[in-house]
Amino acid sequence: MIDQSPDITAPETSTPFDATPVQQTPINQTPVEPTPVVPSSGPRVLTAKIFGIGGAGCNAADHLARSNFNGTFYAINTDAQALDKTGLQNKTILGTRRTRGIGTGGDPELGRIVAQEDVANLKSLTTHADLVFILCGLGGGTGTGAAPILAQAAKENGALVLAIVTTPFDFEGNRRQAQAQTGLQALTAAADAVICLPNQKLFKILDENTSFVDLFKTSNEMLADAVRGVWRLLTDSALKPVDFADLCSVTRARHAESAFAIVQGVGDTRVDQVVEKLLAHPLLDAGEVLAQSDAVLVSLVGGADLSMGEVNRLMTQINRHCEKANLVFGASINDCYQNKLSLTLIASRSRKADLKPEPALSSDRATSPAQLGLDRSQFLDTTTTQPDRRVSRVLPPAPELTEDARNQIIGKRGRKKMLSRQQKELPLEIVSKGRFDKSEPTVRGGEDLDMPTYIRRGVALN
Amino acid sequence: MFEPSNVIVGLEIGTSKICAVVGEINSAGALNIIGIGQARSNGVRKGEICDPVKAEEDIRNAIVEAEQMANVEIRSVFLGVTGNHIRGFNNHGVHPVVSADREITEEDVQDVMKNAKAINLPADHSVIHAVRQLFQIDGQTGITNPVGMFGARVEVDVHVVHGHVNRMQNPIRAVKSLQLDVDEIVFTGLASSLALLTNEQKELGALVIDIGAGTTEYVVYCDGVIKHTGVLAVGGDHVSNDLAYGLKLPLGRAEQLKIEHGSAVLGDADRGQKISISNELGLPAITINREHLRRIMSLRLEEIFELIEQELAELGLLNFIRAGVFLSGGGARIPHIQTLAEAVFDLPVYRGSSNSISGLKSALDQPEFATAIGLVRFGSFQQKQKRKGKSSGFLDGAKNVFTGFFNK
Repeated sequence: MIDQSPDITAPETSTPFDATPVQQTPINQTPVEPTPVVPSSGPRVLTAKIFGIGGAGCNAADHLARSNFNGTFYAINTDAQALDKTGLQNKTILGTRRTRGIGTGGDPELGRIVAQEDVANLKSLTTHADLVFILCGLGGGTGTGAAPILAQAAKENGALVLAIVTTPFDFEGNRRQAQAQTGLQALTAAADAVICLPNQKLFKILDENTSFVDLFKTSNEMLADAVRGVWRLLTDSALKPVDFADLCSVTRARHAESAFAIVQGVGDTRVDQVVEKLLAHPLLDAGEVLAQSDAVLVSLVGGADLSMGEVNRLMTQINRHCEKANLVFGASINDCYQNKLSLTLIASRSRKADLKPEPALSSDRATSPAQLGLDRSQFLDTTTTQPDRRVSRVLPPAPELTEDARNQIIGKRGRKKMLSRQQKELPLEIVSKGRFDKSEPTVRGGEDLDMPTYIRRGVALN
Repeated sequence: MFEPSNVIVGLEIGTSKICAVVGEINSAGALNIIGIGQARSNGVRKGEICDPVKAEEDIRNAIVEAEQMANVEIRSVFLGVTGNHIRGFNNHGVHPVVSADREITEEDVQDVMKNAKAINLPADHSVIHAVRQLFQIDGQTGITNPVGMFGARVEVDVHVVHGHVNRMQNPIRAVKSLQLDVDEIVFTGLASSLALLTNEQKELGALVIDIGAGTTEYVVYCDGVIKHTGVLAVGGDHVSNDLAYGLKLPLGRAEQLKIEHGSAVLGDADRGQKISISNELGLPAITINREHLRRIMSLRLEEIFELIEQELAELGLLNFIRAGVFLSGGGARIPHIQTLAEAVFDLPVYRGSSNSISGLKSALDQPEFATAIGLVRFGSFQQKQKRKGKSSGFLDGAKNVFTGFFNK
């Protein structure tokens, strides 16, 4: 895999997937270059902004900030008190008019409305970023309701949006779980990729005697790990770098759900340890997630003693578990990892509804953006303008609006949403089972076989 | 000559009809079918009694008819049971041979069978059949009768068919209320396979599918032993119901149309064809689209076969079925159903007939009677066994011995 250097640009730019997912986003209809974010000279440095939204999100962002992570942090909350406590540089309070700074009381709808009202503000926060991380704990009011709005705003500003979220513990009750699921759906629709850490799975990792404080600390640490892992993928000097375009190809416009795992191995058997841990990883559901994913990003960090055979062995084993997936592979050497091996894996799966017969889903190496003239050096070096250059995702910030105009737009948007919430649900059409109405249903594989087959299979009789 | 034990009666309480078949073992020891009685069934849904009063009346009618035809008095029956609750699976039993000379005795065989039957059933289920497959002595496989052989460890595979105790009690109760005894209860799928298959076919591997009105039973034989049994609570009634729903007809009319115009495959000639039928009140004719009728039917039947095919494919049994698929039950009468089954299973498909038994030719050829005839056959095996005494528990030639036991 390594032998295929990403610096070789294959001349097959006319392959069918020249139409990259980029063009599916409506905001990129007009090519804009050079982008305003990019300084016109010198190599470009990727900028990341990390948003903690809601109570849990702020805590996680705070945790990450304390670990000397290099990025700009923002805390967004509706609860002024909680916001005060965080040690982040930039704090934004949402919906003071509506909630008077006392939070949403766990109502995602309220969270969504206040975010909607402050959308211009959110949008201005997310400008000038290549990568926006949104950290939040789903299930409550602010995070669940506002995170999708924030993701949408960031995406409209041209950033790649990765949301890294937790879902509640089972003990928090069904309502929060349900809210979290709704929020997760909204977020997957808005963000480029969502990495979801179900908190409940932490119970599998930790033992019973772990203190309650440590439980949340671990949850925060997992979120932070995910951010750091993605960041390391992009920025570490590497033998076989994973570039921003690779990451985009895995996540962008897929509205994917992703799972994330970091595993380490030490000693002679480090490869076997890594594979074993990976397949037993609770967040990957014992390898189940790998089998279902259609894009997998793998980044290795090892010492200088990392041998070709080891990499080969590791990758063949991973490949075997995700044969259908588009595998993106990166490796770097770090002296700290002498005799050690660390592997970061992001597996993402498109939602069924979004699955299009895209050739990009095949595991063919040619799907790598590197071969489509989008390799790292070119991506970063914006001074050379290519004649067939594709549309950049990075758009200029929204035009300055006067206070009146802004209010007018917000007002309009708010009203429209209010109206659309009135939409009534139509009753489910119930197919009578006739003769078998009162008998015990014959259920096989989740299907009620008493219903006529042609109805279940959706065969139309004209 | 007419000592009661010579008359064997099989009673099948089906969803569309109740059928009693009377067989007699003649002086040569061969089975002869001498009478048959049937009645339309009203109190049964999906193979299980839902209205005991109606069901009893129908059973009485069937029995009376059979008694008249065979000119015998029926005292006890072999009763067929089916329903969604019945399951089959394979189990394994081990027994160490303790005798000093290591010769395997009949007792050892009984013990190993007992071990194989000790299974974790759901609390409310009980075993209907535990059918021996093959024995294994100290790792040597493929032994059909280990008695008299030497070894330290006997193992046996059994196929266990079990069902819900209370739900199996319902038909027994209905029969007993008519002052009849139940000799044994038999899974109807197994009975059908006994009626249809010859030993050669069992040896080669065969699949028997009995498509009844309420349920579809299937049994797989490989290498002469039963490997798999199952029930799918979908049958001809479902086809009628689908038609009634899809063509917007009353159920009775849908059933009639199914019989008169039905087909398991949708041919090119059916496209756009219409059928005109007169209304039951003699009002102007209604027009039915024959293409729709056959499409609804073929989808339902295809699904039944596909579900069975998937199950067998998962168990890896399809490659062992070399003799083919044998269809019985009312569903086997549907035109072109063999073509449909051939397409799904990719195996030769036959309409089964009970030719290996002598008697009323007209009855033996009908696929609907296969189950009841199989019940009689099962009874005849049991009687032969009884007559031989407990010396050997084996049928001559056949490896499948039924140690069905039945409480109450």
